[in-house]
Parts: sequence; structure tokens; C-alpha cells
Amino acid sequence: MDNRVATLDATSDASRPSALAAALRHARYVLGENPVTAAAFALFGAFLIAAVAGPWLAPFDPLATDAARALQPPSSTHWFGTDQLGRDIFSRVLVATSLDFGMAFAAVALSFGLGCGLGALAGYYGGWTDRLVSRLSDTIMAFPLFVLAMAIVAALGNSVANIIYATAIINLPFYIRVARAEVNVRRNAGYVEAARLAGNGELRVLACHIFPNILPPVMVQISLNMGWAILNAAGLSFIGLGVRPPQPEWGIMVAEGGSYMISGEWWVSFFPGAVLMLAVFCFNLLGDGLRDLIDPRRRT
Amino acid sequence: MTASSTLLAVEGVRKLFPLGRGGVLDRLRGRRVPLLHAVDGVDFRIGAGESVGLVGESGCGKSTLVRLITRTLDPTEGAIRFDGEDLARIPARQFASAPQRPGIQMVFQDPTDSLNPRHTSRDAIAEPLRRLAGLSGRALAERVEEAAAQVQLPEALLGRYPHQLSGGQKARVGIARAIALRPRLLVLDEPTAALDVSVQAVILHLLADLKTRLGMSYLFVSHDLDVVRLLCDRVLVMYLGRIVEEGPAGELFALPRHPYTRALLSAIPGQAGAGAQRIRLEGDPVSPVDPDPKRCRFLGRCPEGEAACASASPVLLECGPGHRAACLRLPPPGGAG
Repeated sequence: MDNRVATLDATSDASRPSALAAALRHARYVLGENPVTAAAFALFGAFLIAAVAGPWLAPFDPLATDAARALQPPSSTHWFGTDQLGRDIFSRVLVATSLDFGMAFAAVALSFGLGCGLGALAGYYGGWTDRLVSRLSDTIMAFPLFVLAMAIVAALGNSVANIIYATAIINLPFYIRVARAEVNVRRNAGYVEAARLAGNGELRVLACHIFPNILPPVMVQISLNMGWAILNAAGLSFIGLGVRPPQPEWGIMVAEGGSYMISGEWWVSFFPGAVLMLAVFCFNLLGDGLRDLIDPRRRT
Repeated sequence: MTASSTLLAVEGVRKLFPLGRGGVLDRLRGRRVPLLHAVDGVDFRIGAGESVGLVGESGCGKSTLVRLITRTLDPTEGAIRFDGEDLARIPARQFASAPQRPGIQMVFQDPTDSLNPRHTSRDAIAEPLRRLAGLSGRALAERVEEAAAQVQLPEALLGRYPHQLSGGQKARVGIARAIALRPRLLVLDEPTAALDVSVQAVILHLLADLKTRLGMSYLFVSHDLDVVRLLCDRVLVMYLGRIVEEGPAGELFALPRHPYTRALLSAIPGQAGAGAQRIRLEGDPVSPVDPDPKRCRFLGRCPEGEAACASASPVLLECGPGHRAACLRLPPPGGAG
């Protein structure tokens, strides 16, 4: 008996680090098989570093104006050039990452939480819950989404928090639909019935047995949606909602540089716009890779 | 069998599914929503340690009956007594926390569909033990390994995900999960239907072995009559939501009383008896939607049907010791039998 207990201990101790090692091995395998995904992850990493350490990495103060250096083209000192007030565009783009990513992350987290919750309940219980939730999402979808976001920010007040809420609300239907459909096809699966027989109450079955299984498709949705959320938040700032001028933000910077495009100072709009595009591109590529990482059936 | 040894008693259980919900207009006109009679007045008992086979063709209500007994579906009416307690009173949604939950467990038909793709074999077997027996840590690991050993699942496979297991291995995981709690009633819903023939035989031997070792009662649902003959003490034959014949396995197979049972038995391929003539049933069963209550449901397909069958619905009558059949053409009780 003592012998047996000892071996049990040994296996359970050994299994914990090996699970981590297996996860890392799996991640390496997925990334190694798919260089595009690896590139997307690298890009995402770079964006994350910029978002966290932007203010320290920036070579110039993003708010410091210098009329003597206004509208200088890209050079070795000012990599992305300077804007009409002589501020360093590279520093501003770098510092803006945290605000743009922060808004998109917060908005996506909100719509993921709320949307998947509502969608999963609708798909699981059906009936009135389903009808109520589905009509809610139809109602949101009935509006042109960007116009709805504008209206929400205009009604709630011009602030960053309201940009986040607006972006979260217009993204809700996508999460509701994905979660509802994915839960609906699984709610009578054999393993769900088995979970009920194992003494799981309804909500536990939904949260612990069905929900983890719908994560791969939801992950793809999240990733696609992140790019869209960044674009949306920047778009609202571009038309003058939410973020106020001195603050660096990609959308505002594109808007500010718009009038200089014609006179030849292309870099003022170009660089923030290009970084914005790169961020959206990165998230679109990330989606497939995330699904492969999170789906145990891809594990070898 | 005495009443005291009865483990499960199903009494007058019916499950009717409304077809559609019926619009407001229909309700105003007093039009009734058509009802599908999936299980329509079923009575039977399972004794402690007894194994009972339930046979019948696809769509006869076997699966619905199984879901009623495992309490994942609420019956429309009737009682399901387990150890004398009526489980039908506890709504299916609350049954997960009922004290009887560990006592009734189930082996599913499709081993792939019934295992969570994100759970390893160990997780799958541990789940009921963790939730219903409150085990954790070393005690849990020991019970999981014990259950795996009982179904001869190698310990090395416990860390694998379902997609890394073969069909037979998945079936073993499904059985280990069901017996881990040492249930008193194990419901097996065609446990070998999704397996290769060679694996089927191995799994059936395992099930027969487990039954004698663990002393559980089995409700064995199958459309494979040979399997039922091998494993079961008693057999229930179901047709369109009703039990048409029940009896001890040996007697029922030797001397089937209901024409439907006779047809089923004659359909077993490769029968030795040269005299056994194949009874071919023509047509489809009548619709289970709002069936005529004053008419035998087998009429139309019954090779022996007569005019009287169209005006009276037969009930189960004793036609031998422990042997009952529902057919008007049987001699009245006390007559010949």
C-alpha cells in the first residue's frame, strides 16, 4: 500500500510540469508548422511591448511641441517625421498603442463576456430566453453599426469609456450568434448528458462542459473582432468623438494629418494609418493560430 | 421475485411530446396540438442484481424510456420508483443534486459523442466521483485507477484525450465512468452498436463479467437479440411506446407469445433451427402521433391480425410464470396457460 501511494505521488507530481511542457511543445509545434501564425504572434508581441512600455521607449515626449521643427519629413532623428506642431510622430504612434489596444481590449472583453453569456444561455435554454436574446441582437444588427456607435457616444457623452461601451455594444451580436449556435448544437451531445448524470446542475453543465468546447470558434471571432474594434475606436476618434486632441491616438493623428496630405506632407497621416492597418492585419492572422493552439484535437 | 427485492419499478409511465406549440388561433378554436406518444403507459420492474433487456425497433421509444429512467427527461405521467421512492416527482433539472443520482448511471451508445473532447480519460472517469462522491486528491486518483482496472483500461491511457483513443478504448472509458460510482442500476443504451464486431464481443464479455463481480442491475437496451439473450435474465419487447411482451429470457426466446416478438426472433440471422420460418413484416408502424386508443397498434403489420384487433387495444396478460404478452389472440388467463 505504501508503495502504491508513493508511486501515485510520483505520477501526480510529475504530471503537473509535464502538462505545462506539453502545452509549450504544442505551441511550438503549431507555430513551427505555420510561419504566418508565428509572424502574427511576433507582431502581436511587438504591439504588446509598445502598449506596455510605450512611454519609456519613446525617444521624444509625445506632447512636446516645437514650432521650429514642424512638418519635418522622416529622418534618422524623427523616424516617422514630425507633425504640424513639431511633435515626433514615431513617439506619438508608439505611445498611442496603449490607448488604442486598451480601448479595443476592453471593448472586446466586455462584448465577449456579455455576448457569450447571453448567447450561451439562449442556445442552451431555448424558448423565451432564446427569443428575447435573439431579438436583442437582431435589433442591434438592424442599425448601420458605425452610425449606432456614433449615436451611442453622442448620447452617453464624449469620453474614452463611452467609446469602449459603444464598441462593445455594436460587437455584441457577433458573440451572441456564435455562442448561441455553438451551444445549441452541443446541448444534447452525449457528453453533456453524461455530465448531467455525473451530478452537474444545468448551469455547471453549460459553464464547465459546453462552454470550453465552444472556445475555438469564439477565439477566431475574438481575434477578427479585435482588429475591427481597433478600427472602430480609431474611427470614432477620427471623426472627433471620444479622445481629445493633444492625446496621441491613431485615429485622431490620421484626421489631423488629413489636410497636409494635399500639400505633400504625407507622413503625418501615413504612419499612424499604416500602424493601424498592421494591427488589424495582425489580429486577422492571429485568429487561425489561436484556434489551433486552443483546440485539443490538434494536439499530437 | 418478491416486492422487497425490487430495485426499480416503472408504473404507468407516459411521455407525450406536443408537436408544434399551437398558435393562438388554434387555441381559440379549441384545436388540440397533436401529441407524439413516445412512451405510452409502460409498467415493469427490475429486481436487485437482475439484468433486463429492452428490445424493439428504431423509433419505438426505447431511448425516450431510457432518458426517463436515467432522469434526464420528465415523464408526462406515471411513477418511477427507485428503492420505493418516486423519482418522477423530482424534476429532471434538479435531479443532478438528488441523493439517488449516484444510484442510476448510464453507458451511452456512441462512445465518441459521450466523451468530452476537452477531457482526458482520467477527467472523464473522475468527474462523477468528484461531483457525486465528493472525492479529491489521492482518494480520487485511487478510485479512478480502480475503475480503469475494472474495465481493463491500461493506466497509460488515462492521460489521453478521446481523439487519441480507439473505439474500444473509448467504450471502456465510458463504462469505467458509469461504474466508478458503483451504481445500483446501470442503464446501457446499445453500448456496442457503434463498435466493430470483434470489439463488440470483448466489451460484451467485460459487461457480463462486471455484472457478476459488482452485483449491479442492468437495463440493457439493444436491437441485437443475441446480445440480449447472452446477458439478460428477463426481456422486455417494446413496440410503438408500449411493452408488448415480457418474460424470462430463456422462455421468451423459446416460446414467444406476441406476433411481433415472433417476427423479431425470426429475423435473427443465421438461425440453427431449420423449421424457423422467416416472418416478414410488411409496411411501416402506424404513426405514433395521436394513435387510436381503441385499436391494436400492431394491426396492419401483424401477420395474425383480425377484425377484433381494430376495436380493442390489448393489455399485458399473464401467459406463463413471469411471462406476459399483450395480444388479443392469446388464450385468456387460466384457460390454457
